[in-house]
Amino acid sequence: MYDAPNPATEVGQQDIKITAKDVQVYYADTHAIKNVNVDIVDRAVTAFIGPSGCGKSTFLRCINRMNDTIDICRVEGDIRIDGDDIYDKRVDPVQLRAKVGMVFQKPNPFPKSIYDNVAYGPRIHGLAKNKADLDIIVERALRRAAIWDEVKDRLTAPGTGLSGGQQQRLCIARAIATEPEVLLMDEPCSALDPIATAQVEELIDELRRDYTVVIVTHSMQQAARVSQKTAFFHLGDLVEYGDTEQIFTNPKDERTERYVTGRIG
Amino acid sequence: MTDASQSGAHHRGSLLTVDARTRKRNAAEARFRYYGMAAILTGVAFLVVLAVSIVRSGLPAFTTMAVEVEFTLTAEQYADAEGQLFKTRAYEGYFNAAFEQQLQDRNVQAGFDPEAVNRIIGNTGATLRSFFLENEDLLGQPVTFNLPTSSRIDGYFKGRLLRENVTDSRFLEVSDLDLADELAEAGIIQSKFNWTFITGKDSGVDNPGGAGIGASVIGSFFMMLVVLFLSLPIGVAASIYLEEFAPKNRITDLIEVNISNLAAVPSIVFGILGLAVFIQFAHLPQSAPLVGGLVLTLMTLPTIIISTRASLKSVPPSIRDAALGVGASKMQAVFHHVLPLAMPGILTGTIIGLAQALGETAPLLLIGMVGFVAREYPDGLISGFMDPNSAMPAQIYTWAARSDGAFYEKAWGGIIILLVFLLAMNIIAILLRRRFERRW
Ligand SMILES: Nc1ncnc2c1ncn2[C@@H]1O[C@H](COP(=O)(O)OP(=O)(O)O)[C@@H](O)[C@H]1O
Ligand SMILES: [Mg+2]
Repeated sequence: MYDAPNPATEVGQQDIKITAKDVQVYYADTHAIKNVNVDIVDRAVTAFIGPSGCGKSTFLRCINRMNDTIDICRVEGDIRIDGDDIYDKRVDPVQLRAKVGMVFQKPNPFPKSIYDNVAYGPRIHGLAKNKADLDIIVERALRRAAIWDEVKDRLTAPGTGLSGGQQQRLCIARAIATEPEVLLMDEPCSALDPIATAQVEELIDELRRDYTVVIVTHSMQQAARVSQKTAFFHLGDLVEYGDTEQIFTNPKDERTERYVTGRIG
Repeated sequence: MTDASQSGAHHRGSLLTVDARTRKRNAAEARFRYYGMAAILTGVAFLVVLAVSIVRSGLPAFTTMAVEVEFTLTAEQYADAEGQLFKTRAYEGYFNAAFEQQLQDRNVQAGFDPEAVNRIIGNTGATLRSFFLENEDLLGQPVTFNLPTSSRIDGYFKGRLLRENVTDSRFLEVSDLDLADELAEAGIIQSKFNWTFITGKDSGVDNPGGAGIGASVIGSFFMMLVVLFLSLPIGVAASIYLEEFAPKNRITDLIEVNISNLAAVPSIVFGILGLAVFIQFAHLPQSAPLVGGLVLTLMTLPTIIISTRASLKSVPPSIRDAALGVGASKMQAVFHHVLPLAMPGILTGTIIGLAQALGETAPLLLIGMVGFVAREYPDGLISGFMDPNSAMPAQIYTWAARSDGAFYEKAWGGIIILLVFLLAMNIIAILLRRRFERRW
């Protein structure tokens, strides 16, 4: 996009895309996220790890305000993308979600054709001037999601008829077709077999060139493989955040160490 | 191998012999299968009895015994009859003369008695006069008339009236039956399809032969239009709001409970509400399909709302997340993704609601949509909504309440027609569901 893709080694020097300050999230009386502060780096993969129920998904959903759809959920604190407070009254969550795409744990293609799945976002955001434009957008998204070769001959077939791994890559294509700047992924590989997982991981590594990727994962190997930054959550607290290598080889907090060595979780 | 000796205590015996526990379980399963089959057979038996008795009692309503006569009226006779004081009497004279001639030609032995003919086919003069007034061009040409017999003669041929039960009266004498038998033998009295029953209006209590269900079918049609065009949009909009947009709080909880309660309110309550609100307060016309439709809309709304909400609920939340995740607004998510998936369920619910409304009688009786008002066809859209009319079930009820056995037959026939409409609606529901489900 603006500048040449940065090699992974330069992670530490990169710009900050998302800053979270003193974020609290409550579900009715449950305090799900406690005072989280984190700076997420542009054009890198940040992994959220931690035992299940610790609030990874909750925090991820704060970043594109998907929590707004849960009546009992209350978010406090300050989350900024490119310096804009996304919880400001003037921010329209719909506009925000066009800028911050999301891929869910379970592949959830629309029960429509493969083409329409990918074209839906560009259509509602008016990204294509005409059909030819839209064709180009769809093809580019499918190519970047590494699924073009598998589906190019059956774009009119239902997206729900694909295999699990293909469906998840289709969902990724759908998310990037709207040209977001940030891509949130909530355990995108948990429903996939090892081969599909490897394909998606490769894809995530690829996406890092253009996007800020935040991925929730319960697999530490996956976090180690695909991310440059890792945040470890425990019982709603952000226990430790740093370069992935440091988190896995030289954790500062005892809880992190116990988790990455497989003793809690 | 040491394992084998250890597990020897748990040795289960050969797989080729069935042990007692398995035998017992299999017996229980077989028993349950028989219970199920018995239940289904009972249900089917009831259905068959119902269908057979409806068809048997209702089919005669679709035929009528009619006298087939060829009759020619010359232009001179026409001019002469129209010049007289008792015009229909003059037509009757010409007809009787012609009929007597025909009977002689066909060798009918029984003596010709104009009184008896009058009792068998009623007042022919008026029928003939109105026919020739409308068709002056047919003067001088032979015209074949099918004149329906009186309901007693009709009942005699259909087995409703037995010869032993006939006593001489102003309406029928025993000797008339002999004449009728001979006419039937000569092929002059024949069984004809009763178009009047399909297309006709309700007649007076003394003329079951002329009664038809057509006008009340039109009444039902206009009511269903009102119900469809009010309850579908209101019901679907209310459901979408409650299910997708409304905050979950006390007020919406209260609304939810009340909708469920409303579905259980007896229909007659809606009838009296309609009487009080629409007729006495809003001064809408009595017996009008518009009012009937409004009352039935009140009744149908809860059904539609409940089924629509159920089908909206059954759309997986992941679809909503997916749409919101790519930046669709809530409304776009609902209208582009949730609603199309819920459509089969919504349509089914709507048609079931309409079918219920179509068969509803009690509330209509309270707002004056009783059978006997179905005397005229509406002559236009506005008249269809505003002029007094009845509805099929109310018409059936009115007929069943009349003493004449001929009306009882009509009531059964009306039920057949009502069932045909309900069946058609169900088929439409199935077809629509298929159509929408093809789009996954
Ligand atoms: N929709 C919800 N309603 C109420 N509580 C919720 C909801 N979603 C999550 N929670 C609670 O918030 C906490 C964090 O959940 P979540 O973010 O899903 O954890 P993770 O993704 O790390 O497994 C859990 O205690 C969970 O029970
Ligand atoms: Mg989660």
